[in-house]
Amino acid sequence: MKWHVLRPLGVAIGLIATIFVAREFLVPDDFGVHGQNFTYGYHRLSNIQEWKDFPVKYQGRENCEECHEENLTELNSSSHQNVECENCHGPAVGHPDPNEFLPLDKSRALCLRCHAFLEYPNSDRGKLKSIVDRTHRRRDECVKCHNPHDPRESDE
Amino acid sequence: MTCSRRDFLKEAVGGTLATALPLSAFVFLTTDEAKAAIADAKVRWAFLVDTTKCVGCGLCVKACKTENEIPYDAAVTRTWVERYVVTKDGETHIDSPMGGRDGFIDDKIRDEEIDPEDIDKAFFVPKLCNQCDNPACVQVCPVGATYQTDDGIVLIDRDWCIGCGYCIMACPYGVRFFHPVHKVADKCNFCYHRISKGMQPACVECCSFGARRLANLRDPDDPVTKIITTERVAVLKDEYGTKPHVFYIGLDASVR
Amino acid sequence: MTEDLIVHGIEWTVKELFVYPNEYIYWSIQIVMYPYMTGLVAGAFVLSSLYHVFGQKDLKEIAQFSLVFSLALLPVAALPLLLHLQQPTRAMEPLLTPHFTSAIAAFGIVFTTYALIVLSEIWFVYREYFVAQVYALKEKPGLATAMKRTVYRVLTIGAYDVSGEALRVDKKAATVLAAIGIPVACFLHGYAGFIFGSVKANALWMSPLMPVIFIMSAVVSGIALCMLTYIVIMEWQAFWRRRSGGVAEASEIKGAEAEIINTATKYLLGFLVAAISLEMLDLIFRGYTAMKSWDILRSVMYGKDFVNIFVLQYTLGNLVPFILLILPGRTLKRTALALLLVLFGVFMMRWNVVIGGQAFSLSFSGYMHYDIPIIPHSIETFKEGLFGALTVIATPFFLFWIINKFVPSLRRDAKES
Repeated sequence: MKWHVLRPLGVAIGLIATIFVAREFLVPDDFGVHGQNFTYGYHRLSNIQEWKDFPVKYQGRENCEECHEENLTELNSSSHQNVECENCHGPAVGHPDPNEFLPLDKSRALCLRCHAFLEYPNSDRGKLKSIVDRTHRRRDECVKCHNPHDPRESDE
Repeated sequence: MTCSRRDFLKEAVGGTLATALPLSAFVFLTTDEAKAAIADAKVRWAFLVDTTKCVGCGLCVKACKTENEIPYDAAVTRTWVERYVVTKDGETHIDSPMGGRDGFIDDKIRDEEIDPEDIDKAFFVPKLCNQCDNPACVQVCPVGATYQTDDGIVLIDRDWCIGCGYCIMACPYGVRFFHPVHKVADKCNFCYHRISKGMQPACVECCSFGARRLANLRDPDDPVTKIITTERVAVLKDEYGTKPHVFYIGLDASVR
Repeated sequence: MTEDLIVHGIEWTVKELFVYPNEYIYWSIQIVMYPYMTGLVAGAFVLSSLYHVFGQKDLKEIAQFSLVFSLALLPVAALPLLLHLQQPTRAMEPLLTPHFTSAIAAFGIVFTTYALIVLSEIWFVYREYFVAQVYALKEKPGLATAMKRTVYRVLTIGAYDVSGEALRVDKKAATVLAAIGIPVACFLHGYAGFIFGSVKANALWMSPLMPVIFIMSAVVSGIALCMLTYIVIMEWQAFWRRRSGGVAEASEIKGAEAEIINTATKYLLGFLVAAISLEMLDLIFRGYTAMKSWDILRSVMYGKDFVNIFVLQYTLGNLVPFILLILPGRTLKRTALALLLVLFGVFMMRWNVVIGGQAFSLSFSGYMHYDIPIIPHSIETFKEGLFGALTVIATPFFLFWIINKFVPSLRRDAKES
């Protein structure tokens, strides 16, 4: 038997062994099938907690109520009662400490998102009070005349 | 003569192939075991989109980008809103400028004026990852960088994704993309970091019209689950067998 | 534009009508190059095996050459993927944590297996030569020679027995490996076709015929490349010998041998017909069954991509070379032209599948046009642009030149038959 024929096989086995050894160092210990089957559950387990720990930005209306009760009372009895504070004021993360003030978006473009007239029959868009941008005090900020917390009042 | 060719063949093939299979790389569960693992779960997240209520304000898209740190001016988004305008000549005009990030203010669609008199139907359709029961994107990931949790959310491991893009090609709904900063695959995960704490996803929180709602299908008292199970709802592209878990009210034949 | 805003794909994708916001041409030129290069690898190997396994004596010379060229092509098959990956430093992961439900995970295993087979087969074929070189270079002076000798010593893996019996065993082993290698080469390229064919989300790719079409055209391209390179090299060498004069006999200064070319051409034509038949079948079926995607597919195939598909691929790349090769009185020049066109045709097939599959939106209501970056202005536009592709094409020839210095594959003086 000419044993030299098995030398390339030896090299191959050595290479594959190296890959297995490399796995021990390079693949995290918690990598494997977790929960479901191999098709949908093959992953690194600690990643789930990493996603749970992702920083939250938007805090929600209840969070604002603690300090800004008056504004909310005004808002809740107006036609904007369903508009979230953070839609215009931005996410409340870090407020009031360290951000004393939240950036306030007063742009016309923000209001036009809902209030630019679009005659669409199958969407509630058509039911909103709207304007035609071109013809209604073009380029002015809406907030010049309309109080966003109670928009029916116009300083006109 | 020498060792028989048959012996050599057996050794060579057997040796190379056997050692080539990293057997320790995976554990198989039987179908019953797999079903049992999910059957116990107390939570299976789902979503309900009411397209009759969506006004196309796009605040959900803006909130999503802010909450999930997708660069605001990058032309990718985890969720988006599509506008459908079906005109009397039978044409369907669809657009989603920057995913609807800035809302729909202009009635022109790709610079084409549409006379309101010509409109038969017009509405908005918000879309996001369907967190499918048979996610094709998970099936095709070569390295196990994307997976499904026990509560049904499909997540992506940013530290393991090699950026091959196979998952992006495999998703029939087009919800996946390459994150421009992290340079790995990314997609909507129902704000997993929020729902795990009992909060709502950012897009649900910010929608003033109730067009977007989260549901836990395993909770019989969940009002949204009640709607999904007792009222007529539809899903997108069910012909692919992915079993999507975003349900729609008011979907139309023209919706792509 | 800051880095943040450059979304992968946006620089070379032009959208038309309605395309989902996250859709871009993610799989661009490098994903066209990858199946093309693996196809060349598989084809070159099959050509070599036609001699080693099926004893096609006429193919002996080209078999030697195509085996070594197959090795030069091998790392280049992996190169497009490295250039494409958004995280190339993690390229080893398919070997470390292969998710076997993914066709791409098979890549690590199949590629490694195939590489080992090719390397082993070359070792068995050239071992006698390596040993001879170790002894021949022993007494020669010079650092370069000593280094070369060390390389040969390593290459022998310590197996110095060159008795008649040992060499017979070598030949048997090479034959066995050539035989095992054929299905592995087919698998290497078949799975590349499976990568596309199994994507149910893509209306153009999803087809059970895809793996088979890919294999057939891969073998075609591999045979064509080996034949073409063989012709070029042999004719070039003959040209030089004639020019430098000397006491050369007529038989020694022959260029490419006619018998080799004729036999190889027969195989080429066979696989070419198979490839075309399958593609035609696929097209006819699609039009006949007219599924939901047919409207947009038709407008892409018969409209936007008409030239790419029917003029460049089917006519210039398949029909014309077919005619050139079967017309009587076939000359070397005509053969070389036909082979070039075949190689071009196979490339266009890869292009039309990969890029064509992304020419329409998942919405079936819009189109995407691929504007390949020509002059790179960033790493991304180099990697996924024309120059990235040219780098991939040029590399196998460069590698072959280096490998050939240690494993000469164009020896005309065969030691044993």
